[in-house]
Amino acid sequence: MTRSRHAFGDLWHEVNRVQDEFNRLFGRFAPAARAAATAGPLVNVWEDENALHAEIDLPDVDPAQLEVTVTEGNQLTVAGERKAPELAGATWVRQERPAGPFARVVALPALVDADKVGAKYENGVLRLTLPKSEAAKPRKITVVGA
Amino acid sequence: MSDNALQTNGTAALAHGAANGAAEGVRGVTVAPRVDLFEKDDELLLLADMPGVRPDDVDVRFENGELTVHGRRAPAVGGRERSRWEYEVTNYYRTFRVTEAIAADRIAAELKNGVLTLHLPKVEAVKPRRIAVRG
Repeated sequence: MTRSRHAFGDLWHEVNRVQDEFNRLFGRFAPAARAAATAGPLVNVWEDENALHAEIDLPDVDPAQLEVTVTEGNQLTVAGERKAPELAGATWVRQERPAGPFARVVALPALVDADKVGAKYENGVLRLTLPKSEAAKPRKITVVGA
Repeated sequence: MSDNALQTNGTAALAHGAANGAAEGVRGVTVAPRVDLFEKDDELLLLADMPGVRPDDVDVRFENGELTVHGRRAPAVGGRERSRWEYEVTNYYRTFRVTEAIAADRIAAELKNGVLTLHLPKVEAVKPRRIAVRG
């Protein structure tokens, strides 16, 4: 495959440029502005009573090659590699999609049970279910009258 | 156009732009998918990252030399109790003007692992002919 510096505009003219980076930095969605400065894929985390849930966009990644680890109870690491497309007889006109190894470490808001983490890869999105450790779950304290 | 075309430029507000802050949260966020473009002898090839989009939720249109790609993403599950929220996407949307002659009826699309692949076959060029010159 040959790579060329062949001008984008020869064949394609972009009509509407809505830059995702632009939206992240200047759009209405403020929290992302901070995240855009961090390295690695972006992570969303939410929680319910029993578990934390994480969602990470990883399009075109072989799920078998993904490494998901939890250390110290709350350090989530997601690492892997995204291969650049290999197309015989094709000339690059434009390349925006990132390729190569990536890793992201996120501190979770609660301790989780590392042995029971569930992971599912669907439509290019990695979804993790991380059950909270017993110690991190809310518990009702019974008050005993005197 | 040069490689500078890759730089951010100012037209942020498309369909769901910054207008009407009151509706915020309902209308969602539209971003341009990142793309790779290739040219082959017989076709143009476009790869677009659209994680979270199911094959049924993609709309590809080619009209008057304009290619529009639109993918809708199911809303995130975690409506409440968000502890870390780094991105938000409800629509992927991007439009290109393609100057190469494309056989629109043979455009093929597939979506796999969050990547849309579009094959845009070139219209077959008229084959070179040898013109006999009579003496």
